[in-house]
Amino acid sequence: MRPEHPPEFPLAIHDLTVAYHRKPVLWDIELNVPQGTLAGIVGPNGAGKSTLLKACLDLIPKTSGEVLIYGKPYEDQRDLIAYVPQRESVDWDFPVSALDVVVMGTYRKLGWFKRVGKAQRQQAREALEQVGIGHLADRQISQLSGGQQQRVFLARALVQDAEIYFMDEPFAAVDAATEQAVIELLQNLNAKGKTVLCVHHDLATVSRYFDHLVLLNMRIVASGPTSETFTRENLHKTYGGKLNLLDDVAEALKNVGR
Amino acid sequence: MNWTVNDLHIILVGVLCAMACALPGVFLLLRRMSMMGDAISHAVLPGLAVAFLVSGSRASWWMFFGAALAGVLTALFTQWITKFGKVERGAAMGIVFTTLFAVGLLLIEQGAGNVDLDAGCVLYGALEYTPLNLVTLFETEEFLIQIPHAALVIGSALLLNILIIGIFYKELTLASFDPGLAETQGFRPKVIHYLLMTMVAVTTVAAFESVGSIIVIAMLIVPPATAFLITRRLPLLIGLSLALAAASAILGHLSSQALPALLGLPETMSSGMMATTSGFLFLLVWLLGPQGLLKKQSRELVAPPTP
Repeated sequence: MRPEHPPEFPLAIHDLTVAYHRKPVLWDIELNVPQGTLAGIVGPNGAGKSTLLKACLDLIPKTSGEVLIYGKPYEDQRDLIAYVPQRESVDWDFPVSALDVVVMGTYRKLGWFKRVGKAQRQQAREALEQVGIGHLADRQISQLSGGQQQRVFLARALVQDAEIYFMDEPFAAVDAATEQAVIELLQNLNAKGKTVLCVHHDLATVSRYFDHLVLLNMRIVASGPTSETFTRENLHKTYGGKLNLLDDVAEALKNVGR
Repeated sequence: MNWTVNDLHIILVGVLCAMACALPGVFLLLRRMSMMGDAISHAVLPGLAVAFLVSGSRASWWMFFGAALAGVLTALFTQWITKFGKVERGAAMGIVFTTLFAVGLLLIEQGAGNVDLDAGCVLYGALEYTPLNLVTLFETEEFLIQIPHAALVIGSALLLNILIIGIFYKELTLASFDPGLAETQGFRPKVIHYLLMTMVAVTTVAAFESVGSIIVIAMLIVPPATAFLITRRLPLLIGLSLALAAASAILGHLSSQALPALLGLPETMSSGMMATTSGFLFLLVWLLGPQGLLKKQSRELVAPPTP
């Protein structure tokens, strides 16, 4: 047990470094995400946001470091975690229906060999209703719009009934209605005391959507409540001299009146 | 043409081969790894050759084991070369399987004096000769049921594939669609990947003797690819692939006997004609199927798109 990472934190990362082909992508990550937060991970392209999620979930190898879920190694805590990958990470031409994809979220509890039954399908149908596309359950996934596909992924995360949700850009390239549905869903989860960690790229909405913020650019630039972390100085440090972005930043800061 | 029980035997072996191949073929196609079937079916050759040189007999368990091992090693080497050599996956596959295949050919060439395994047979198979080696399944005073030994071998492979896909249907689908989710749920997509690779290797070896290493590739990929033009439901996709596989084998053998005669030519190779037929069926479905080329045009002719 490390004193700086007490077990009440749903996610604690100690000294994490990740490298691709010996080129470091993440450096010396130290992070505690508090219980029940709706946390955004924000940073420029190539900052390692998705990599951070994937390294936590052992989807890519860590060069060094340790990831603790409620004080225990990730492998022992898989049941507590749901992961929503980027939408482009799968082949949407795959021969399965929306319902089939959502049912996949129940596989962890089913375990090896056991077959999908009525209970799992019912659960999946309810989750699809919850994200507003219950009527599309039997549709093949290639016939869904981008926003509907994203909702399928969220429904799948819902049936996993986890404590911590890792989401990789759930707002990327979706229509306004889906964006609204996604944020309502995140807030619902949050209201139930779940912890949500969400890679996000739109600075304009950060302060409205997230109560906790992790600013990342290969290293952690700042991490804490959005009200304290989302400052001009921190954003400058995160985005550096990327001038075209500074206008966005100014705009975003104006919105929160800081 | 002159029908004999031999034709039935050839069709039986052909159908079993095509169906056994179509099952792992569906998942290769869905994982966009169709060429892995090509690679593995070639790379099993050195495994076969070494096992043969060591054990000195054909169609033994040693041959199976050697070939399956070589097949899995192909998948493994490809993975390594891609990862550590920073080579694109397709290129890595090309390096591994051509090298292994060449080594296999050299081994067979070298051992040719005391080995009745020849390169031609490896490439094209010997479907026509399968009725020469029969085993008795069932015998009473009135009845005698005999099937080719090859049918027994490939039939076992088919049965094994049905069992594996039946048992791991959920896991195979999950790992093929979203390996990330599979990993986070603790389903070990890598294990499932190598399970599929082993399936491909074992099936390839079992089919090898009958149809050869090149036509195996057609049997792995063409029926599933054709079925994919028709449906986007996985259970139906698997069923259709099996049906198309069987149809290709039956029609293939029939046309190998009947078609050349129409032109006044002697009968041709059954296995070659089976692969040709499956290609022809693909073309047919591509043109006439639910999303077919002609269908779309005719629909447009009926109701031209509004500008």
